[in-house]
Order: sequence, then structure tokens, then C-alpha cells
Amino acid sequence: MFRRLHKDSETLTITIDDVAMTLPAGSTVAAALLASGNMVCRKTPVSGADRAPYCLMGVCFDCLVEINGEPNQQACMVVVRPGMAVKRMPRPAPVAP
Amino acid sequence: MSEPIDLAIIGAGPAGMAAAALAAGHGLDVVVYDENQAPGGQIYRGFEAVAADRAADLDFLGDSYRAGLAIAHAFRASRARYQPSTSVWLIQKDRTIGISHAGRARMVEARRILIATGAMERPVPIPGWTLPGVMTVGAAQTALKAAGLVPRGPVVLGGKGPLLYQLAAQYLGAGVTIAAILETGARPLAALPHLVQAWWRTDYLEKGLALLRQIKNAGVTIIKNVSGLRAIGDGKLDAVEYRCGGTVQRIAAPLLLLHEGVIANVQLTMAIPAAHRWDEAQRCWHPVVDEYGDTDLEGIAVAGDGAGIGGAEAAASMGRLAALAAVHALGKISDGEFREIGYDLQRERRRYLAGRPFLDALYPPPAVAAALADDTLVCRCEEVSAGEIRRAVALGCTGPNQTKSFTRAGMGPCQGRMCGLTVAEVIADRLDRPMAEVGYYRIRPPIKPLTVGELAGLE
Repeated sequence: MFRRLHKDSETLTITIDDVAMTLPAGSTVAAALLASGNMVCRKTPVSGADRAPYCLMGVCFDCLVEINGEPNQQACMVVVRPGMAVKRMPRPAPVAP
Repeated sequence: MSEPIDLAIIGAGPAGMAAAALAAGHGLDVVVYDENQAPGGQIYRGFEAVAADRAADLDFLGDSYRAGLAIAHAFRASRARYQPSTSVWLIQKDRTIGISHAGRARMVEARRILIATGAMERPVPIPGWTLPGVMTVGAAQTALKAAGLVPRGPVVLGGKGPLLYQLAAQYLGAGVTIAAILETGARPLAALPHLVQAWWRTDYLEKGLALLRQIKNAGVTIIKNVSGLRAIGDGKLDAVEYRCGGTVQRIAAPLLLLHEGVIANVQLTMAIPAAHRWDEAQRCWHPVVDEYGDTDLEGIAVAGDGAGIGGAEAAASMGRLAALAAVHALGKISDGEFREIGYDLQRERRRYLAGRPFLDALYPPPAVAAALADDTLVCRCEEVSAGEIRRAVALGCTGPNQTKSFTRAGMGPCQGRMCGLTVAEVIADRLDRPMAEVGYYRIRPPIKPLTVGELAGLE
């Protein structure tokens, strides 16, 4: 969906759903999703619809992902680190009444 | 808790950076808390990375972006302490601040607080706006500034306002194909009466006209007076539909970028709470502040777009004014110096603001409620439609806090940031009451996500 204008000198590698991806240092996780070819980050709790980053400035909370095992992280506010494991989040299981 | 900070500043956009440099220059102990990883705010986002690694991008990022570099460098050269990737989740009236950094929360105290949390884009729902492939113009610009990312395929821009045309020009400079600009009702005639005052900002007007010329000369399709924007797709955006001159048209596109102007981000000021007023011209809530940014709360000020939309230059001026007031209140300058420097800064700020009524009238906020179909989602988090809000009003809800309990709109992770104004607009429209009376969500801390572990770890 998105492409990079430049070849970057300093890069690092993360995984998104266990697929390795090389990115420039300083990128956010949301930028990684946009450049990955599949910008979907999670399924919504209510309808199970796919969501992708929307505002990229920490306001909309649509870009929630799991990072290194911790769910519901704002992908647009987290900078990638070498070896970071990012996972798209499935629809949460409904809570029994 | 350690010794209070002289001046705690929240946000490192133009207002926060300019304030920090001035206050630190006058000998105050200044700490700037910024939830981003580098200074610049939204408008000057990524300026250090761009200057260091992607200097060629400055050609198309434009003069206003370059102008920010001076403010930013002065901030970096100052003695103000900068705390990046640090969110502020609480401010109390006694000027205790709750911060969170790297998974650890703590409380700090400040003699003065300056809130410089800026603006956000006005969320205006259209059918399908939650589909992957629909983003905001500001988001696309952030991706461009911070990461040098541009869309692969053709892109449609929908809405109006200076930022939309700025991004279009930047995209043309970066070689991106713009399928169309769908302009939702600019009002040149309504803006005419404000033109005389805006003449003080001929630089602004010239810049705007040059942008529009550049876009036209590039042969971009601009369709004016568009309504009924609709994002179409199953699981992702495939096409954009719109109405113009009585007919419905469709453009295939993988990416739609929406923009309907910007509003003050009042989440933090509302949570304290400081007093707010409804601004009819900009159709959003603003904290009540005096000419130095002081709120009704002792020692707590707001500067920049968070106090009312005025643009980056006016924000920097107001940041300096608020910093000056803090410097004066803490006894670092005399009454005479305060008046003298303050007078100059006020004049500068008035000049920067002169073009604003023109822009407000040229790109008026849309009549949100009237155009909103019952099945369009207003609350993205809890997936609540306009129809559900209307049904709750029919049941007797008179304000957004009631519809929140009835429908869950505003109860999701964004804490109402995305739906607050829309929900209130729908209620105001249904009850035929002014927005000032309908009110807003009661915003409660923590206004940023915090783990229970962080809370438990507080001293």
C-alpha cells in the first residue's frame, strides 16, 4: 500500500506475524504495517471487522497490535527495536455473561 | 516526590518548543514531556531525521516545514530537559502530573504547567470510514514526514482545508499519483469579508494560492462541491463514491485520505478539568484562557492550537507568551520587562492570527449531523451508528454522557476522542439545542493507557 522514497542506511529487522521485515531505524510499528503490504492491524471486538491505522498520531486507537506478547499497544506510538515481535490481534473472545 | 519542576510543558510542537526555549533562557528549570519519540509535534514531525538523513525531502515538504527548524533548533540548544516517549495521563489542580515512560508510571510536581498538546483532525464520519485503506490526510503526512512513506497506487483526497492542499502538493513533489481531489464545499464568497484583515498575512495568501496553482498545473482532477462521500469495499477500500451536481460518481482507488480541518485536542484540559467554552466559528470546544494562556486554574496554562486553532506560527508566539508569564510569576523578570516583551509578543501573535478568520470562513466546518445516515458509524471503537445515538435521544437522552451509557459510544479505547463532537452534534440536531448546552463527554483520567502494574507501582 505504501512505499519508501529512500533507501535507508541504518536498518533493523522485526517480525510481523512471524514474517521477518527489514525497516529503517526510527520507524514506528504503524509505519512498518503500512510498508508491509498488509496494513490491517487487528479485528474489532464488536463486529470482527478488519482495522488499519487511521490517524497515526495517537488519537484514534485503531492501530492496536500485540508487541512482544503485550496486547493493545498503539502501533503509531511505538518505535521498532531489533527483534521486536509484532502480531496482528484477532477478535477478542466474547466474555460469558 | 522530589523538588517541584519550575515549568512542566506537555507537548513538543511549536508552542511547547518555543515556550521551553524562552523559559529555560530566563533561568527556569524546564521539563518537556512528549509522547512522541522526537520533538516537532505534528507540524514539524521528524525534522531532525529529515534534516539528517532525507534533506532532499525538504524540497517538497515546503517552506513552512523548513521554517520550523529555527524553533526546533533553539529548543534543542536550550537547557530545557526533553523527555520523549513519555505520556501524561493525569494533571491535578494542585499541579501534580502523572507520567508514564517505558512501562513505569510516576508522579511529578510543577510550580507552573503549560499544556501544549495541539490539535487533532476533526473526525467527520462517512460510510465506510473504518475500512482499511481509509486514513486521514494528517496520517498520510505523518507517514511522509516521519518515515518517508508514500502511497504505492493512486490516491483520492476528500474534504477541504489548507492541510489537504499542502499534502497534495507534497505528494506531487514526491511523484505520487493523485486520482482526484474531492472538495467538500469551500466557501470563497463567505470568506471575502475577512480578506481585508487577512491582508496582513499576504505571505499566507500567496502561499495558499501558489499551492492551488501547483496542483492545477499538475493536471490533478479537482471536483468541487462534493457531497455524500462514501468509502466502498469489502474488508478493504476498493472505490470512493460521491455526489456532485445531482449525479453519483465512483472512482476506483486503494487509498482515500479524509480531511475536514483541525480542532483543539482538549482531552487533557477537559480531564483536569479546566473551564471550556464552545467556539461557534471553529465548531469545537476550547479551554477558556487569557492572553497569556492562563486557564481558570492557578498556575496551569494552555498555548498553541490546543487553546484554539491558530496555526504553527501563532502557536509559537503563544507558547512564548505563556512561558514569559511563568518566568514573571516565578520572579525571574521585573513587571516592566514582562510588559515590554509581552507587548511585542502579543503584536506578533495578532499578526500571525490575522489570516485565521478568512481560513475559518473559506473552509467552514461541515454540518455533520444533517448529512449523517443512520447506518454510518460515529463511534469507531464500539461501532455505534448515528441511528443508535438518535434512538437513544428518542428515549430521552439529552447529552453525550447519557448516550454513552445507553449505547457505549465513547466508551472504547480512544475515550471519545473520535466520536465526542459527532455524538454531541447528532444530539444537538435532534433536540434543536445549541452545542454549548448539549455539552461534551466528562473526560476522566487516566487519559492515556496505563497498566494496572504501573498504577500499583506508584509510590
